[in-house]
Amino acid sequence: MEFVYIILPFALVLAALALIAFIWAARSGQFDDLETPSRRVLFDDAQERKGKPPESDD
Amino acid sequence: MATSEISPGCDHCGLPLPAEPVVDDAGARFCCTGCLTVYGVLASAGLDDFYRLRGDEAGARASVSGRGFAEFDDASFFGLYGDVLAREPDGAGVARAAINLYVEGVHCSACIWLVERLPQFVPGVASAELDFGRRIAHVVYDPRQVKLSTIARGLDRLGYPPHPIRGHRAQAARQREERRELVRLGVAGALAMNAMLIAFALYGGILSGMDPAMRMFLRGGSLVLALLAVLWPGRTFLRGGWVAMRTRTAHMDLPIAIGLVAGIAGGAYNTVTGQGEVYFESVALLVFFLLVGRYLQGRQQRVAQDSLELMHALTPARARRWNPETNRFQAVPSEALAPGDRIELLAGELVPADGELVAGDTTLDMALLTGESRPVAAHVGAALFAGCTNLASRVELIVTATGAATRLGSLMQLVEQATTRNTPSLRFADRMAGRFTWTLLALAVATLALWWPHDHAAAIEHAVALLIVACPCALGLATPLAIVAAVGKAARRGILIQGGAALERLAGVGTLLLDKTGTLTRGELSVVSAYGAAEECAWVRAVEAQSSHPLAVALTQALGDQDPSGAAAEGGPPGLTAPLGSGTGVVVTDVEEQLGRGVQACVDGEQVLVGSATWLRERGVELAPGCVPGFDLGALIARGETPILAARGGVLVAAFGIGNPLYGDAPAELAALRARGWRIGILSGDDPAIVAGVGAALGLDPADVHGSVTPEGKLAAVEVALHTARLQAAPGSEPAPVVMVGDGVNDAAALAAATVGVAVCGGAEASLAAADVYMSRPGLGHLTALLDGAARTRRVIRRGLRVSLTYNTLAAALAMAGLINPILAAILMPVSSLTVVSLAYRSRTFDRD
Repeated sequence: MEFVYIILPFALVLAALALIAFIWAARSGQFDDLETPSRRVLFDDAQERKGKPPESDD
Repeated sequence: MATSEISPGCDHCGLPLPAEPVVDDAGARFCCTGCLTVYGVLASAGLDDFYRLRGDEAGARASVSGRGFAEFDDASFFGLYGDVLAREPDGAGVARAAINLYVEGVHCSACIWLVERLPQFVPGVASAELDFGRRIAHVVYDPRQVKLSTIARGLDRLGYPPHPIRGHRAQAARQREERRELVRLGVAGALAMNAMLIAFALYGGILSGMDPAMRMFLRGGSLVLALLAVLWPGRTFLRGGWVAMRTRTAHMDLPIAIGLVAGIAGGAYNTVTGQGEVYFESVALLVFFLLVGRYLQGRQQRVAQDSLELMHALTPARARRWNPETNRFQAVPSEALAPGDRIELLAGELVPADGELVAGDTTLDMALLTGESRPVAAHVGAALFAGCTNLASRVELIVTATGAATRLGSLMQLVEQATTRNTPSLRFADRMAGRFTWTLLALAVATLALWWPHDHAAAIEHAVALLIVACPCALGLATPLAIVAAVGKAARRGILIQGGAALERLAGVGTLLLDKTGTLTRGELSVVSAYGAAEECAWVRAVEAQSSHPLAVALTQALGDQDPSGAAAEGGPPGLTAPLGSGTGVVVTDVEEQLGRGVQACVDGEQVLVGSATWLRERGVELAPGCVPGFDLGALIARGETPILAARGGVLVAAFGIGNPLYGDAPAELAALRARGWRIGILSGDDPAIVAGVGAALGLDPADVHGSVTPEGKLAAVEVALHTARLQAAPGSEPAPVVMVGDGVNDAAALAAATVGVAVCGGAEASLAAADVYMSRPGLGHLTALLDGAARTRRVIRRGLRVSLTYNTLAAALAMAGLINPILAAILMPVSSLTVVSLAYRSRTFDRD
C-alpha cells in the first residue's frame, strides 16, 4: 500500500497541470463564446475559393 | 443554364416577393435592392456557399445601408473604439489593430460563415470573428493596408451594417471579470473532485479500518486541497462573511463562512491528533456548488449590462461638420461635435445632435420621441432633436447640444438613473439569512451543551459537523438556478428576459401600462376597413400612387398587395373581395395634389377625387350615409380610423379607413388579465380621440387611458403608479409591480423606471435595451405567458427553498444526535443540490402552446 505515498502526490501534480491549462484557456478568452463555435463545426475548410466561381456546366 | 422551377420567393432571402419585384440583369428576382446587392456581391466574390450552408433556416431581408462610413477614418474614431495590437519595429506606426463592431442583420449560422470570410473579401483584414450571441464582430487588420471605412463598407455590402460599440472599455472590463470568475469556478471544481477521490479512500478506512499513518497522510492531502479551496476560490465567502459580521447585516455569506472555517479548523485539529472525523471533501464541494450559483447569476447580470450599452447606438455615430480650413463638410464621429458647430444633414439621415435649423426646409420623423411617425414640418429657426430622421431635403444646422445634453441624451440619463434607483427587493433567501445564522449558531451551542458532559471531544466534533452539513448550499443555489432555467425556457418561446431579477420582481398582480402603437396595434398604417365596389379600387390605387403622403402610401400598398390568400390570412379589410392585378391599364391624367388634403385627377374622362372628408365636402361631394353601402363617416372616425374617400364625377363611390389595426388577440388577452386583478392603462403619444377609441374597444376604464403623452410624461405616469403601489403595500411585503409595455425609445425612460419594462418586437434593435424583457414575437398572448411564467417561477423558487431547508433540518438533526459521518455528509449535500437543480429545470414555467 506504500505506493499510495508516491501515487497521490503524482496524481495531484497531473491535476495541477490540467488546471494550469484550464486557467490559461479561460484567461485568453477561449470560453467567452460557447455558442458560435458549435455552429462553426458545420463549415467545410476546403471551400476557400477566391475570385469568380467556376463555370457551371449544367 | 438549368431550367428550374420558378421559386416563389426572393432569390436571396426566400421571403415573399412584392407585387413588383426587383429584377437583376440575369432575371433573378428579389424583394428589395438590399437582397439584390448582397446576391451580386456573393456571386462575384465566390461566396455562393452561403446559400448551401444556410440550408433550410429562414432567410431575412438583407439590410444594406449603402453608406460611405467616412467617419470611421476620423482620427478620434480609432482612439474611441479601436485597440492597438502590435506596433511597427520602429514604434511609429501601428502594424496590427483590432476593433469590435456591432453588426446588424445576423440571423443564422451561414451569417457567421459569411462574416468570417471577410479577409477573403477585403484585403488587409487578417481575421474576422463573429460572436453570434452578442452580434459582435472582432476584426483584426493592418491599418497600413486598409482603412476602417473600407472594412465597414465591406461588411455593409455583405448585408451586415456595422456600428461602433460605445462603452466598449466597460464591456471589456466586464468580460475580464467573468473570466476571473470562471477561473475561480474551475479551480474550485478541480480541488473538490480531487478531494472527493481522496475521501473515497478514507471512507474505505471508516468502513474496514486503516493504518493510522496512511490515514494521516490521506487526511493531510485533503486538508491541503480543502484549505486551498477555501483560501483561493472560497475567499469571496470569507470576505463577505467578515463584512457582514462587521456591519451587522444579514447576508448568506456569514453562515457559509462559519461553516467553512469550522470545517477546516476542526478537521485540521483532528488530522494532527489522529482522532475523530474530517469533512474536507464536503467543505471543498460546498465552495464549488456555491460558486456555480454565483457564476450563473453573474453571467445574467453582465448580459443585462451589455445590452444597456447598446442603447447608446441610437444616435448616429457620424456627422458632417463644416471645416472652415478646407471649406467643405467633413465626416466626423458625432461624439466629436460641440455646440456651435455647423453641420449638414441629408435626406434620410438621423439627426446627430440637438440643433437649430439655419438653412433649408424639411419634414422630420419624430417617432423616436413621440412614437408617431406622421411627419412634422420644420423651417428655418425650428429646433431639431437628436435621433429624429430627416425626411424631405438637405438642411444645415447649428448644434445647440450634444451627447448627454440633448433631449435624447437626457432621456437616456433618466433611463440609467431609473435603472440604478430600481434596486431589486432583497432576495427571499437573503432576507432569511439573519434568522438562519442565529438558528445555526444556537443549535451549535445546544449541541455543545448536550454532549459536553458526556465527552468533550465528541461535543466539539458534533458541533463542527453541524456547522458544516447545515451550511446553506442548496439554499444559495435554489434561486439562481430556478431563474436561469426559467429564462432559458422563456427564450425558446421568444421572450428574452435580461437579468433574471425581472422574474422575481413580477410578484403577484399589479398595474399594467401599455403603449398603443406597435404594442396594442400594429406599428404600420394599414387599411382597416374598406367600403365600395371592388372595381373602383383599380383607379383609386392608380391615383393614390401619385402621392407620397403616408396615408396614400398605405392605401396604395394595401390595394396593390391584394391577393385572395393574403387577405384571408391577415384578416384583411372587409369589403375588398376581388383580387387585383398591378393596376395597369388605368390611365390617369391631370394629376394635381393638394398637400395634406387629397389628389385630384382625370380617369377615363371623368374627374376623380381621393382625399380627406373635409376636402371632398369642400369640393361639393355629398357625404350622406347610404351613398356607399355600409359606410358611416361618424362611426369610422369614432373607431379611431382616418378616412380616405374617393369620388368619381362628383359622387362618392368608395371609402377607406386607415389606422393601426388592433392585434387580434388583444381584447381577449387583456380581459383575461383584468379578470386576474391587473389594473390596465394606456399611455400613448397619439391623438387622444384615437387612443380613447382603442381604450373603449378594449373595455378599459377611460380614466386610465391617456393620449398625447410625451416620453417625459410616460415616465411621470409610471412613477406615480410606483408611488401608489408603495403606499398601498402591506408593511414588510413587496409593493405590487408596475409593468410598462412599449415598443421603443419614446417609452425608454418609462420602461426603465417601471418595476419591469417589457419591450415589444418591431422597435429598433438597439432601443430595446432599456427594457428588462424583450418579446420577439408580436401579439399580447406572450405578455400573458410572461406574467404566468413569472408566477410559476416564484413557486419553483419557493419549492427549491423548502427542499433546501428540509435537507438542512434533517442534516442538523442527525448532527446533533451524533449520527452524522463524512460519508453521510458527502451524500446529503450533492443530493440536496441535485434535487434543487432538477426542480428548477424540470419545472414547466414557460410551456410551449
